[in-house]
Amino acid sequence: MKAEIRKLIVQVDETRVEMGQSIDPPTRRAVAMAVIANPFAGRYSDNLDALSDIGAELGKLLGEQCVEALNIQPSQAESYGKAAIVGEGGELEHAAALLHPKLGAPLREAVEKGAALVPSAKKMGGLGTAIDVPLGHKDAAFVRSHFDAIEARVADAPRANEIVVVVAVTDSGRPLARIGGLQKHEIKGQDGLR
Amino acid sequence: MSPVKLNDKKENEMSLIQICRVFTQVETILHEFGSAPAAPQIRGAVAAVLTNPYAGKYHADILPMMEALNPVGLEMANTLLRAMRKQPEQINSYGKGAIVGSAGELEHGALWHVPGGYAMRELLGWHGDRAGYTQAQSQTKNSSTANLAGDAKPRSRPLAIVPSTKKVGSPGTRLDVPLTHITASYVRSHFDAIEVSLPGAPAADELVLILVMSTGARIHARVGGLTPDGISQFDGQR
Repeated sequence: MKAEIRKLIVQVDETRVEMGQSIDPPTRRAVAMAVIANPFAGRYSDNLDALSDIGAELGKLLGEQCVEALNIQPSQAESYGKAAIVGEGGELEHAAALLHPKLGAPLREAVEKGAALVPSAKKMGGLGTAIDVPLGHKDAAFVRSHFDAIEARVADAPRANEIVVVVAVTDSGRPLARIGGLQKHEIKGQDGLR
Repeated sequence: MSPVKLNDKKENEMSLIQICRVFTQVETILHEFGSAPAAPQIRGAVAAVLTNPYAGKYHADILPMMEALNPVGLEMANTLLRAMRKQPEQINSYGKGAIVGSAGELEHGALWHVPGGYAMRELLGWHGDRAGYTQAQSQTKNSSTANLAGDAKPRSRPLAIVPSTKKVGSPGTRLDVPLTHITASYVRSHFDAIEVSLPGAPAADELVLILVMSTGARIHARVGGLTPDGISQFDGQR
């Protein structure tokens, strides 16, 4: 089943100065959001495979949109995250079906590699509901400088029979990361953790 | 930790322009439950978070910042076109807005009217007689003139006033920025608005300056009135 997309939104948030300190190069975070029809709105279905297939399609589309908006090579992506907001005609499990079985593999292709878990958040919501999308380093989840979150929100979605699906990709960690821990130049990138 | 002081630098040491953050948002609207038109509406916003040099106390003369904002307007308009992946001749409606952090006053947001509006109009091909061109603006004006001449478009498409909203607000405050047709304000199909908000901005001593553009009408516009084909007066209104 193909995603029935009503709108796509892509945002880039670039920080040049934080706490009076110049950030050079600036840190940049992209968020891509798709507002889709929920094929299971208003009814219980035991099998949610159709949503998982849509998840695969959107992992590729939204991952590529983020990389394109950042104007970087896929290998330059540093951290990522994903989320979904399900309109009131659906159920939380619909978000799980979109995000967990199939979305990750095509997203990892879009950002090259991606040994680490893609951190995620999900909730039920209405028009304009905001969700904080967690961010973690794509190859080593313990990289402390890249623990972050970015807020995603669509003013006119999700309607009751819709779902907002979100992918976030960055080319950097926090602007003034200085609390130690695993550094990105120290990672092995094999086990997804360190 | 002692609280951060607003404007703790001496006034004569302050640069009027410090851009802390740049935010772009591009919406591709395919349909709103009607049949999807051949081309989606592309609607975008760019917002820059600046340190407000006048925050914290009353300044009688704030006009120097209006002048200093000219290149900011141009950079933002260019950034938005790039983010939308559109050429100037593909833009058909526009708007602007400002959100002033709580240590500033509404009048600081009004500084954006001239530099924001005219930078965008010039980039889109306006050839009016604006006093005080900066060098950077003249260069862009020439390049967009060349684009338009090649397409044999009317000499000045962006004749209409750039509609605007502004407010004083806290971090994350949402602003509905109006959009109207760039040639004739009364084109009914193009009356629109886009909501813009930045988590964390504006801080008390910051300004959020916003420009918005769209490729066209509301996705299923069908309430009659003046259409782009019906523009006849070229007075910026009809």
